[in-house]
Amino acid sequence: MGQLSTLLAFFTPESGGSPNANEINSLYKVELVIALIIFAAVEGAILYALIRFRKRRHAVPAQIRGNTRLEYSWTIAAALILVALAGLTFSKLSSIENPPNSSAAGYNADGGQLLYASAKRQLPPNKKALDITVIGRQYIWQYVYPGASEPDGLGAPYSYQEMVVPTETTVSLDIVSADVVHSWWIPELGGKFQAVPGYHNYTWFKIPKPGVYKGQCAFLCGRLHARMLATVRAVPPAQFEAWLANQKRLISEANQAAKVAREKLGAQSGAGQVENP
Amino acid sequence: MATYVAPVPHVNAHAVQPKRSGWTRWLTTTDHKEIGIMYMVATFVFFLMGGVEALMIRLQLGAPENTVVSPTTYNQLFTMHGTTMVFLFVVPMMAGLANYFVPLMIGARDMAFPRLNALSFWLFLAGGAVFYASIFWSPPEAGWVSVVPLAESQYSPSGGQDAWIYLVHLTGVSSLLGAVNFYVTIANMRARGMSWARLPLFVWTILTYAVLLIFALPVIAAAATMLLADRHFGTHFFDAAQGGSPILWQHLFWFFGHPEVYIMVLPGFGLISEILPVFARKPIFGYRAIAASTVAIAFLGFLTWAHHMFTAPIPEAILIFVMLSSYLIAVPTGVKVLNWVATLWRGTVEFTSALLFAVGGVSIFLIGGISGIFLATFPIDWQVNETYFVVAHLHFVLWGGAVMPIFAAIYYWFPKITGRKLDERAGRLSFALVYIGVLVTFLIQHVMGLDGMPRRIYEYDNVGHLQLYNQISTVGSFILATGVLVTVINIARSLKRGVVAGPDPWVANTLEWFTTSPPPVNNFDVIPLVRSVEPMKDIRREVERRSSSAHAAGAATVPAGARQVGT
Repeated sequence: MGQLSTLLAFFTPESGGSPNANEINSLYKVELVIALIIFAAVEGAILYALIRFRKRRHAVPAQIRGNTRLEYSWTIAAALILVALAGLTFSKLSSIENPPNSSAAGYNADGGQLLYASAKRQLPPNKKALDITVIGRQYIWQYVYPGASEPDGLGAPYSYQEMVVPTETTVSLDIVSADVVHSWWIPELGGKFQAVPGYHNYTWFKIPKPGVYKGQCAFLCGRLHARMLATVRAVPPAQFEAWLANQKRLISEANQAAKVAREKLGAQSGAGQVENP
Repeated sequence: MATYVAPVPHVNAHAVQPKRSGWTRWLTTTDHKEIGIMYMVATFVFFLMGGVEALMIRLQLGAPENTVVSPTTYNQLFTMHGTTMVFLFVVPMMAGLANYFVPLMIGARDMAFPRLNALSFWLFLAGGAVFYASIFWSPPEAGWVSVVPLAESQYSPSGGQDAWIYLVHLTGVSSLLGAVNFYVTIANMRARGMSWARLPLFVWTILTYAVLLIFALPVIAAAATMLLADRHFGTHFFDAAQGGSPILWQHLFWFFGHPEVYIMVLPGFGLISEILPVFARKPIFGYRAIAASTVAIAFLGFLTWAHHMFTAPIPEAILIFVMLSSYLIAVPTGVKVLNWVATLWRGTVEFTSALLFAVGGVSIFLIGGISGIFLATFPIDWQVNETYFVVAHLHFVLWGGAVMPIFAAIYYWFPKITGRKLDERAGRLSFALVYIGVLVTFLIQHVMGLDGMPRRIYEYDNVGHLQLYNQISTVGSFILATGVLVTVINIARSLKRGVVAGPDPWVANTLEWFTTSPPPVNNFDVIPLVRSVEPMKDIRREVERRSSSAHAAGAATVPAGARQVGT
């Protein structure tokens, strides 16, 4: 039995990071069992026919042109299998698509009201999730966290390539692109979704335990598509809060340094002047 | 003498002119057989070129973080490979086979529009030439799907992308003209007695292929023109910043692209349906079901395009609709497979190379068909889409549904085209290598995709067993290439040294075997009356009846004044 499950794992998509990935994995496993049965039956029938009915002396081929009842039966049987598959998929759909609430141990800053005003995205029943905007650029992923310090939405903390998230917390992603089409995909955290310029695409995950999950851009985006990597690092909520504060501090320090440098440059040559004649 | 003489229907296909000799004969020919040969030779050369590109891709992926080719070259290679195999091999190869054999199978003396037919071929060759000319400058690198905005001039400034657009236009016009020609030929020029229910199944699939091309090609032609205008004339059809839509490209491309899959595999199904009954020595099982399922697949094929876009930002209702329509298409496809199995059942199967390639094609296609169900289930597709799982799926579908049937057709029809048979032992060796090669190359790619390896990446980190899996796949691709090479050598040798075939070496069922091998310019001196779906069986039975009765008459009674046969 253990060997069987290892074998099945060999043939199934990655999972284990988030409930939606796990649900896709279990849907896949049921389909795989049905598929293997059909595969074995049909390939077996082909092989049997080839061996049993190979040309032999005195064998006379039966001149049969069809069998209406048989043909109706297998058409209906095929249709019924697909109806069953559709039913199975529909039964799994809500657990794959709809995010659950964050756990009590999850990140809960700002009273849990970490929400962008977007009617489209899938939200957990209590409407509380950590919202991160994922921006695809040639050839790096950028993640923008809630917490804009300025009224125009600027000054929000962000990071590149590595996304840090709190455990036990429902994280809702708004996937956009700054240039060409990319596709966000961390196999263990669920399905992939295209980042298309001019469009928003949404998904979510909820990671129970601290860990690192790797993925990469899954849609041809140019020459260095293969190097457009993504990492999600899940840490306990307290650590996440510290990381976010540190990120804010680093960004504002960098902004401050840039401001100083700009002023210094302005004082040297006069703002807006060109040094070369 | 007032006997009424009914006017004899008289069809002049086109005036028969004395044959030119040398290379001008090929440049000026309007004979469907010679055009068919040119199609088949040219597409096979493109197939070999696309194969070399595939081997270079597999070499690069043979080791993690490999540097056989640069990232740019790698993107160019898979773009050339995909485009070549779809636009320059499978679709025009089917046109080549149909060109040669549809008129013969329906008892016609040529295609309906012979000059248009020649134009089709030369436009196709021009498209291929324009596209391959780009290797001397900079080939396209946005994939065979040329997804925008990547294919826009801002991100792909090189002329290679324009070469891709011209290829789509030129081969598109070529295929459209060909499609109209096939349709008119099949609708109007069938032999007397060949009703729709007696049409050979390969001809049925070519009829469907023609209709699919007529509906699908204008869409890609429009999309490619819009891309051209975006790139050079300042329009913004696909530019989101200017109110255009990148998703529009995906819809337009796949509205063409999915029927294109059936344009490639339905004629392959037709070939299987012709070859299995001949070597099982049994009529096809469920002729009507197979013909009807061809039409059903073609119709449903237009309703499923968005299953290529399950990860794009499109509404849930569309996802569900397309999942269900994609499931639905599995029913007629499954019916076909079961009909083929039933055709072998209780027959006397002869293991010729043609039969092996045909049955092998069915068993390979089945794997691609089943993995297609996973891809049609959109939550599962979210995991496996755009990974090596899809690469495996599409190669099983196309090797099983199109390429192996084409190889079967080569072994089956080579005697008709050249008058000589291909060597059967080499054919069986070629089959074994191709079959094992396909399995070794592509089965493991499912696992690569499930382990998270996206497609179209020039390098990968050696996490898990990715290196091992890729090495298996690379070894498989060279086994596959060796199998193809065996058939190439077989063709080259058999042209001169093959066993002389005679008109009907396989004791087959359809009218192309009624004439000599190779057929004369006018195909048939007398076009027989068709009484069933297997006219050659009727003809053989009739010949047997007449000769045995003549023989019996000659042996039993030798009265004076018995009529001499033949005087």
